[in-house]
Amino acid sequence: MSEAAAHHGPPQGFIRKYVFSLDHKIIGLQYYGLALVAVFVGMFLSWLMRFHLVWPNAAIPGLQLLSKVGAPGGLITPEYYLSLLTMHGTLMVFFVLTNAPFAAFGNYFLPIQIGAEDMAFPRFNMMSFWTTFVAFVVLLAAFVVPDGPPISGWTAYAPLSAIGKDAGPGLDMGQNLWGISIAIFCIASLLGSLNFIATTLDLRAKGMTLMRMPLSTWAWFVTSCIALLAFAVLLPACLLLVLDRVAGTSFFVPAGLVVSDHLQPHSGGSPLLWQHLFWFFGHPEVYIAILPAMGIVSHILINSMRKPLLSHKVVIGSMMAIGFLSYMVWGHHMFLSGMNPFSALVFSFPTLMITIPATVLTLIWLGSLYGSRLQITAASLFALGFISMFVSGGVSGFFLAQPSIDIYLHATYFVVGHFHLVMGVAAIFGVFAGTYFWMPKMTGRMMNETLGKIHFWLSFVGAYCIFMPFHYLGLAGNVRRYSSFVDDFMAPLMPVHKFITIAALCTGAAQLIFLYNLIHSRFWGPPAPVNPWNATSLEWTVPSPPPWNNFGGVHPVVYHDPYQYSVEGAKEDFIMQNSPEQVKTTVRS
Amino acid sequence: MSQANLAVDPHAAVMEESPFAIPSSKLVMWLFIISDAVTFGAFLFAYGYIRNASTDWPTPFEHASIWNALLMTFILVTSSLTILFAVRAAQNDDRAGAFKWTLITAGGGTLFAILHLREWSSLIGEGVRMFQNPWGAPMFGATFFTITGLHMLHVIGGVIALTVVALTYRAGRYSAKHIEIWSLYWHFVDIVWMFVVPMVYLLNMKR
Repeated sequence: MSEAAAHHGPPQGFIRKYVFSLDHKIIGLQYYGLALVAVFVGMFLSWLMRFHLVWPNAAIPGLQLLSKVGAPGGLITPEYYLSLLTMHGTLMVFFVLTNAPFAAFGNYFLPIQIGAEDMAFPRFNMMSFWTTFVAFVVLLAAFVVPDGPPISGWTAYAPLSAIGKDAGPGLDMGQNLWGISIAIFCIASLLGSLNFIATTLDLRAKGMTLMRMPLSTWAWFVTSCIALLAFAVLLPACLLLVLDRVAGTSFFVPAGLVVSDHLQPHSGGSPLLWQHLFWFFGHPEVYIAILPAMGIVSHILINSMRKPLLSHKVVIGSMMAIGFLSYMVWGHHMFLSGMNPFSALVFSFPTLMITIPATVLTLIWLGSLYGSRLQITAASLFALGFISMFVSGGVSGFFLAQPSIDIYLHATYFVVGHFHLVMGVAAIFGVFAGTYFWMPKMTGRMMNETLGKIHFWLSFVGAYCIFMPFHYLGLAGNVRRYSSFVDDFMAPLMPVHKFITIAALCTGAAQLIFLYNLIHSRFWGPPAPVNPWNATSLEWTVPSPPPWNNFGGVHPVVYHDPYQYSVEGAKEDFIMQNSPEQVKTTVRS
Repeated sequence: MSQANLAVDPHAAVMEESPFAIPSSKLVMWLFIISDAVTFGAFLFAYGYIRNASTDWPTPFEHASIWNALLMTFILVTSSLTILFAVRAAQNDDRAGAFKWTLITAGGGTLFAILHLREWSSLIGEGVRMFQNPWGAPMFGATFFTITGLHMLHVIGGVIALTVVALTYRAGRYSAKHIEIWSLYWHFVDIVWMFVVPMVYLLNMKR
């Protein structure tokens, strides 16, 4: 069965051990580190944007060092605002929301949770991280090319993204770098998802049936199945985009387009084609970000409630249903793109259908929480916060899924609020929950709970203060992607924007508590025991941090379902998955 | 999952027979094929989209081109057959036979690529470029060269892989498993061509 198990010896030397490591745990930490850098860069960019929106005439000292053209004297130009926006979105979606919950935690814990020594293909694994790293560097290089990063947004809508510098700054070299970076990122993600699927199917320990896998492992597995197909479409889309830009073809540009008084030498293409290809990837990408967080949150909540969820099977089935449906709904991003209105209706239906498995999941979480004695830790607080954000962000999805309402709300701050809550904040809360829960295992040191709880309350209240008013702004007709609203009909909304900006600056600053906690506990935290949370899954049977071959050369045998909490008649209130302890009756409330 | 049958069943601790009990490397080849099929699908979708949106899509392929495409098809399908012989020989421990048939397959792929490049150069000679041709919609060249080019890259990659596999197999470091895994890839390249021929060649036949 596990003939392809990694039999690489213990790594020797710094480079093999920490840089070009084959160890899935080091690779997971590398992904986590990359995501951490990306998230702080992305957050800093959002600060710049929020600052500029509210004080458009105030110079930010030193910003001219980043771009002489884009921020002369520290004053952000409208075009450079769009560049910042593009980089914020691209960094956050690809290098944070895809990397942190999926690649980082998945790499670290998927093999341990199924009782494997390593991934099925450690070399692929190393390649996939370093390919991601190259993609990251290529993307950041857009900051240093003369005309700066592209202004076309993270969705890179054609024809803006497909024609050259006529269309504006950043659309020359910057957009090329963007296309190449994302194509490289696709290859990395494909390698990663191949590896995840093969590992899950082939390297499970004896007794670890599919149904005995923890929900986090299930989530990573379903996510890798989604990623395998989604990135396979974004890759050709990016290749065709780069061809349009460098080989003079015209996949995404229609005939007769005049930009900056120049007739573009393109004809025969369709901007809608880009949107179809992009969103065929783009919508599943939302679930690539959120599904791992769902798995992590379920895993943590069960531990804190000391009882399994109402149904293990239905949770898995709902995640699969979400994954499957995510491929049928891409058109709901294109209601106003000039599709046949009938198609809008067709795409609206499966979009509303996704709410069924999503609601089932939410009800299972809430129903399981009902009557449980939840232990309040930083991890469980963030798990609850995830549910809150997921519901709040998801409800606005009902509105946007209907073409008639979307006509009004499209490209307003309502949409921005919606996807930031449901995809951004919710997934990041999942990552925070995972961090507070698993960091003791990853570093061998406990994190500070009090700081963690302070971090939670500041982030929770802060995130709502930032993103809830977005919905109000959107309903009031405030369009997105404008760099200032001073002279517009939107001027009366400025006080709301001021409030949001102050909230964003404060919430961002609160993340420094997290950073401090992370770094301080890494070096000076109290040593973590093997199983600090009295949890049942296999990652808590190995030392903190685990040795290079996870189980010390012993092949674990699994005897139980993943979540044997509050078992009557057991020696403790829980039974580890690998414990041979047998009890006659298992009673759940 | 129902928690009731947990600890009482003594067989519950034994790994169930997996329906996916194939070597990981073979599984990964299948997964790669699925993913790559989607990639080709996206290219063909883009081609169909643009072709349908054009009013002056050229249909330049004369009978000679079609015959050439059919000859290439014949060669590629035959090479799919020869890789089957290679797999069977390898499974029967006929090392010389497996080596021979794998190399013959790689030879078929090379012949295919040569015929294809010859066709490309004659098209380029007629004035077809990425975004220019003497007949009509300039996107004809872009779709033709990207789709057939991607396929040709797969063929050339496959030829290199098969040669390496054949040599490593003869040296005794690879087993029948590796030939079988790469035969899957080769069949996939063949099947993709079966979509390319009708969509890119037959639809664009001169009428």
